[in-house]
Amino acid sequence: MKSKAEVVVIGGGSTGTSIAYHLAKLGVDVVLVEKEYLGSGSTFRCATGIRQQFTDEANIKLQKYNVERWKKLSEELEYDINFKQTGYLFLATTEEEVEAFKENIKLHNRFGVPTRLITPEEAKEIVPLLNADEFLAGQWNPTDGKANPFKTVFAFSRKAKELGAEIYEYTEVTDIIVENNEVKGVKTNRGTIKADVVVNATNAWAPIINEMAGLDRDFIPIKPYKHQIVKTEPLKEGQIEPLVCPPAWNDSYVIQDGEDGGVICGTGLEHGPTYDVTPTYDFLREVLKWATRIIPALKYVHVLRQWAGQYAKTPDSNPAIGKINSIDGFYIAAGFSGHGFMMAPGVGEAMAELIVKGKTHVPLDWEWYDPHRFERGELRSTAFQIG
Amino acid sequence: MSEKGERIICRCNEVTLEEIEALIEQGVADIEMIKRLLRIGMGPCQGRTCLPMVISIIARKTGKSPDEIKLPATRIPIRPVPAGVLVGDMNEE
Repeated sequence: MKSKAEVVVIGGGSTGTSIAYHLAKLGVDVVLVEKEYLGSGSTFRCATGIRQQFTDEANIKLQKYNVERWKKLSEELEYDINFKQTGYLFLATTEEEVEAFKENIKLHNRFGVPTRLITPEEAKEIVPLLNADEFLAGQWNPTDGKANPFKTVFAFSRKAKELGAEIYEYTEVTDIIVENNEVKGVKTNRGTIKADVVVNATNAWAPIINEMAGLDRDFIPIKPYKHQIVKTEPLKEGQIEPLVCPPAWNDSYVIQDGEDGGVICGTGLEHGPTYDVTPTYDFLREVLKWATRIIPALKYVHVLRQWAGQYAKTPDSNPAIGKINSIDGFYIAAGFSGHGFMMAPGVGEAMAELIVKGKTHVPLDWEWYDPHRFERGELRSTAFQIG
Repeated sequence: MSEKGERIICRCNEVTLEEIEALIEQGVADIEMIKRLLRIGMGPCQGRTCLPMVISIIARKTGKSPDEIKLPATRIPIRPVPAGVLVGDMNEE
């Protein structure tokens, strides 16, 4: 194991591997450490969705940029990460929701995201198995999409290594070395790595790493919530291609996996805060109640697998991205609240540029994602969490 | 052996010995990543057939002892169940 690097990235999920790749691309000598296998935290447990349909300018602009990155990512990383623009379809059950959809659509359109209001009939054309009778309208953006989280993490890490990065899996950080408010490196269970820059990209585990650096555990109050997914046997491609979500139905969603055609079903039921990821039967019942109401034919489809992962939630469901002012050389990109995978390409690029150049060309609003906002008691408008 | 003379290891997702060996030769020797890149153990049988064989292949190719290679998590339900049964909504048919 190397004993010295310019930058150490802690956390081998989509965010960490993206940061490592983008740093290596800028010629930085970077080491990434991951306590288990790459993707083992939240990325490999996510619902694969990538959307621009947020309700605030900062997230919409970042995600519009990210979709452009996703479109070219397979070519850039020379590995097919299976990104598809199959859309996100939100469905309204009340007139109030229809009005809210109209406001959202105006905001999306203002930033160039082509969301539009559609009728239940149009929704049924997009998702032939939809129980369209229960809905009043849809908020449809065909340019949202999905990708393969396994291949994405693999592709980022593979390319990072090709560019000179070192990646150490099954390597747990045990301490952060800070002297006179300056980062000097990290201690791991396999030895010490000296570095002047350390990036905390551990999402749900970020408060533990912050504490190692001498910060209060609640300096950035990220809490881990157990979210679960049920997956069915494969269906013929094209049955439920977009992510379909009636938010009023307990934030339940269904989306056909772009890889094998199985249907991923999720719902808003959460447990926590907890690091436990044991699947629970109450979730299985709850999620299928809603999924079979959205798509009644799912009753006849076999459930194959259920698993759980973390939403690393901040109080406003927006991540903390940026520099920690009180410790020179300490950076964070964590607390993605269920949006880490979809944001990873642009966040990795922005963080790498911030570290190397002190600024970025990525339309990432540093003020919005400021890690220090919580200690000032400031919150952003809450980002809607779904798939 | 399949029609093409390939040896199928994962029958659910039709993954061959050659594909697994090729990935290990490229340096991907961790069962968790092999599982996810090739989708072994992610089909209806939940790896009952393929995972022990994949462990043997990794052990043989890397010189590790099979005991050192941990099985990936088993997911519930152990056998596939129609969603309608799980929500108690299969009575009328």
